[in-house]
Amino acid sequence: MTTPGTTGLILEEPLLCEQSVKGRIGFSLPPSGVPESNLSNLPKSLLRQKSAELPEISEVDGVRHFVRLSQQNYCKDAGLYPLGSCTMKYNPKTTEAASKIPGFANSHPLSTTEGMQGNLKLIYELQEYLAEISGMDFVTCWPAAGSHGELTGMLMIRAFHESKGNPRKKVIIPDSAHGTNPASAAICQYEVITLPSNKEGILTADAVREVMDEEVAALMVTNPNTLGIFEENILEICEVVHKKGGLVYCDGANLNALLGIVRLGEAGVDVLHFNLHKTFSTPHGGGGPGAGPVGIKKKLEPFLPTPLIIKENGTFNLEWSRGQSIGRVKAYFGNFGMLVRAYTYIREFGPEGLRRISEMAVLNANYIRKNLEGTYHLPYSKPVLHECVFSDKLQKEHDIKTLDIAKRLMDYGFHPPTIYFPLIVPGALMIEPTESEPKASLDQFIEAMKTIAKECQDTPEIVKTAPHKTFRGRLDEVKAARELKLRWTT
Amino acid sequence: MRYIPHTPEEIQGMLKIIGLRSVAELFSSIPDSLLQEKPLKLPPALDEMTLLRHLEKVATENHTLPRSRSFLGGGVYRHYIPSAVGELVRRSEFLTPYTPYQPEISQGTLQVIFEFQTMVCELFGMEVSNASMYDGSTALAEACLMALRIGKNRKTILLPSSLHPEYTQVTHTILKSFKDNIVELPFSKEGGFETAALNDYLNDDLAACVIPYPNFFGVVEDVREVVQKVQQAGGLVIFCVTEPLSLGLFESPGALGADIVCGEGQSLGIPPSFGGPFVGLFAAREKHLRQMPGRICGMTSDNKGRRGFVLTLSTREQHIRREKATSNICTNQALCATQMTVYLSMLGKEGLKKLAQLNWQRAEYAKQKLASITGVTLSFPKATTFNEFVLKLPKSADSVLKDLRTKGFDGGIALDRWYHELENSLLVNVTELNEREDIDSFATALKEVLQS
Amino acid sequence: MEFPEDLKYTKEHEWVKVNGEIATIGITDYAQEQLGDIVYLELPAEGEAVEQGEPFGVVESVKAVSDLYAALSGTVLEINDPLVENPETLNEDCYEEGWLIKIKIGDPKELKNLMDCKSYQAHIKEETA
Repeated sequence: MTTPGTTGLILEEPLLCEQSVKGRIGFSLPPSGVPESNLSNLPKSLLRQKSAELPEISEVDGVRHFVRLSQQNYCKDAGLYPLGSCTMKYNPKTTEAASKIPGFANSHPLSTTEGMQGNLKLIYELQEYLAEISGMDFVTCWPAAGSHGELTGMLMIRAFHESKGNPRKKVIIPDSAHGTNPASAAICQYEVITLPSNKEGILTADAVREVMDEEVAALMVTNPNTLGIFEENILEICEVVHKKGGLVYCDGANLNALLGIVRLGEAGVDVLHFNLHKTFSTPHGGGGPGAGPVGIKKKLEPFLPTPLIIKENGTFNLEWSRGQSIGRVKAYFGNFGMLVRAYTYIREFGPEGLRRISEMAVLNANYIRKNLEGTYHLPYSKPVLHECVFSDKLQKEHDIKTLDIAKRLMDYGFHPPTIYFPLIVPGALMIEPTESEPKASLDQFIEAMKTIAKECQDTPEIVKTAPHKTFRGRLDEVKAARELKLRWTT
Repeated sequence: MRYIPHTPEEIQGMLKIIGLRSVAELFSSIPDSLLQEKPLKLPPALDEMTLLRHLEKVATENHTLPRSRSFLGGGVYRHYIPSAVGELVRRSEFLTPYTPYQPEISQGTLQVIFEFQTMVCELFGMEVSNASMYDGSTALAEACLMALRIGKNRKTILLPSSLHPEYTQVTHTILKSFKDNIVELPFSKEGGFETAALNDYLNDDLAACVIPYPNFFGVVEDVREVVQKVQQAGGLVIFCVTEPLSLGLFESPGALGADIVCGEGQSLGIPPSFGGPFVGLFAAREKHLRQMPGRICGMTSDNKGRRGFVLTLSTREQHIRREKATSNICTNQALCATQMTVYLSMLGKEGLKKLAQLNWQRAEYAKQKLASITGVTLSFPKATTFNEFVLKLPKSADSVLKDLRTKGFDGGIALDRWYHELENSLLVNVTELNEREDIDSFATALKEVLQS
Repeated sequence: MEFPEDLKYTKEHEWVKVNGEIATIGITDYAQEQLGDIVYLELPAEGEAVEQGEPFGVVESVKAVSDLYAALSGTVLEINDPLVENPETLNEDCYEEGWLIKIKIGDPKELKNLMDCKSYQAHIKEETA
């Protein structure tokens, strides 16, 4: 067996501004076709004095430029992309076709409600599907990404407490959480109480009980957590929080482990966000767009963001404002194009298919874990679901750190896992293969990881100086931060 | 299932290696009481053909009209998108990677971001830009949060009511928990900035004043005096641009003195798509760089001295600074930023000017044509506008819109949903997609509707 | 790693050099090494008051950020301007060229809350264990 990494011809490509030639254009403009007004009628003080220096290129130049740049990228469609907690699964092409349907792509959000019945129906049904999948009572599809969902959820939690007379002051967040959790809580002006995980890598009800009081608005928990471990005390933890009048927020980043397996709403979670770009496979696009719908329990319904889609006798209407609502979280109707893709995904899989996703995602992660156990240090021994976390402890003996291992993986043809996260594992390597990967590709990855471990002993230099086969070698991040060049200037 | 490759034999083999007997055992760490026994109550799986047929049917229920017969704008603009744009952006290499955390194998995405930042700076006449926000409305809320950080003890934020009403709503929502003071200023008789209304707020509590440019009524005006007054009082000026194509014709916010510029990039190459995904634009003066939200790409070199790009200044961000971060944003709108970059590359320096002029020409023609219909007037006759303007109708705009739809036109946006004082008012947007014939037949249809 | 004997130290890895009623404050060799390549520094303005144990500035490397905690209370007399321009000096020479601020000591009694070189080294050992 061999790993797929090799060198290939990737072309150098300067910036477009460096290729600009006066007089070139890549756009074909129609004539105005109307009796023309005189531009000089416009007040001179309003007219642009200095043109925006956009590149002047032909269409051929532009196509080559972006094709060449694209070839400098590794992507999911090319191979395994095991970024932990990012759920880099295959993005079905059908979902792209669906988003391109002109009735969706050309529909305007400020049309009359008669002119948006199809869209409203699709969103309404998606809300129902997500509610069923998670065991929540209602879902809003407006947030544009996971962290926007967190903010929306936390604003609802704040509004809930305010309606009871006290918005409360604190939010409890485990030390293994994503940075977005404390950052979102901070925008709601909550003080963050960091809760340590125990030696097994999970939260205990006792630990929560110790910090839980009547000034805690919510506990934000990720389940399964960022170690890939199911928070088995979740039922008891929710009870502890509820007893003091607090609410439980669940970060749904790792929902890919639980489709059709567990409905977190039944565990006592009050608010949960979905990452459609993770679990429901809308493409990651080089960093976005995503979509971050939020599911809530009935008691939070009055605070849902506006507008609300109301179904009456088969017709869909919009409720633009509602007394206790937190208000609007984004203009228009969320990242609708992403909602279309996620809807398509759910409909193609159906209930059995969705469960199969989680089963195979968990199988793949455990397969990697088992095969690499011993070769790499496993900081936590508890069984995992959809991802597994190793550390560089064994390789450190040869003066090799996680970053080096990650870089060396590129030479073997793989995107590295998430590194140095969660923060509770020094030198973490967080691997999430997803259900999309066949056994053969996992075996290749395992082989690459084992080869690297051997290299760490025999030829450490080759690992420390990796990658060797990529278009660029290690980039100087210190120089980037010290000599800031954030835009092209001539 | 075509997206899951495992055969039953492979599954058995893998389970054996793991040391388990069944797939169910993979979930043994979950308390029994939480394990689902019944399948989810969802519609059954569909094959691709049936599925796409179903979706096409759902889409048909929108009765979306041809773009040339639509005059809808209001922050979402119908513009022609060259064929090359979609072809390039949907390449797997742009569509299916994630954030470029590993720069050695992500130079394509990083260089595109660098070019995007360059273009945003050029368009806005500003010094630094980030790699994108969710959309214009959330970018504005972030700009206000940034102004509060810079202003330290200054708490007042001025939002003119000529700002996109949904942007105003979003800003209220996101800033809800701050002890700030958001003040809505009235618009002037000519639909512009009511400069006199500023005077009450020119004090040391003023954090920022937002200037919509062009504003929600399509109005472009000389705001130099507003800028000067606000800055003299020690406040920041935030320009909010929802139709950036206008900057091919009108003066850049940077040249007018903006401290922060935010906006929506949709009109530059992204389809309306019912309001998203779009791309939030965000630029500022360099001295405020450390307070900017979002990812930023910078130029550097690799270990062999070759030019390359990386994400930089990450210590501002949530994954490092957690609750002290400048924003909670993680996933942004990278693909839409890529789309805008490709579009602007094709359009180029001259194309941007020409297309902006073309929009203005068509809109001026439509303005005269429509305002000459009996009973129809311009709400702000003296205002300079770009590709959008407000008509005052002799009857309810809602009922007129309904009748226009039966004649095959999306006639615009009724403003009384947000503005009680703008009863019977219609916001009409005209772009290069509306040819003379479309405008003429729209005028005829409107005339007929008003006569009936 | 070097820890000069004539300096006082804090748990937050800052050093203090006392000269009459003026104290010079910086970060220790251990702190700069933990941070890695330092790329950015934020210091208070002259005349600002600082309080023992409270943050007065920020130091950043590429992947880490750390608050700077005042070793003593007092008023800022001088800040190291050239250092703000070239924060990499902190990696090269954290005790001389890399000093951060000079303050007029507000309360000399606070000096007893500081550690000497020996107990600081013991503190590091404890922290890394």
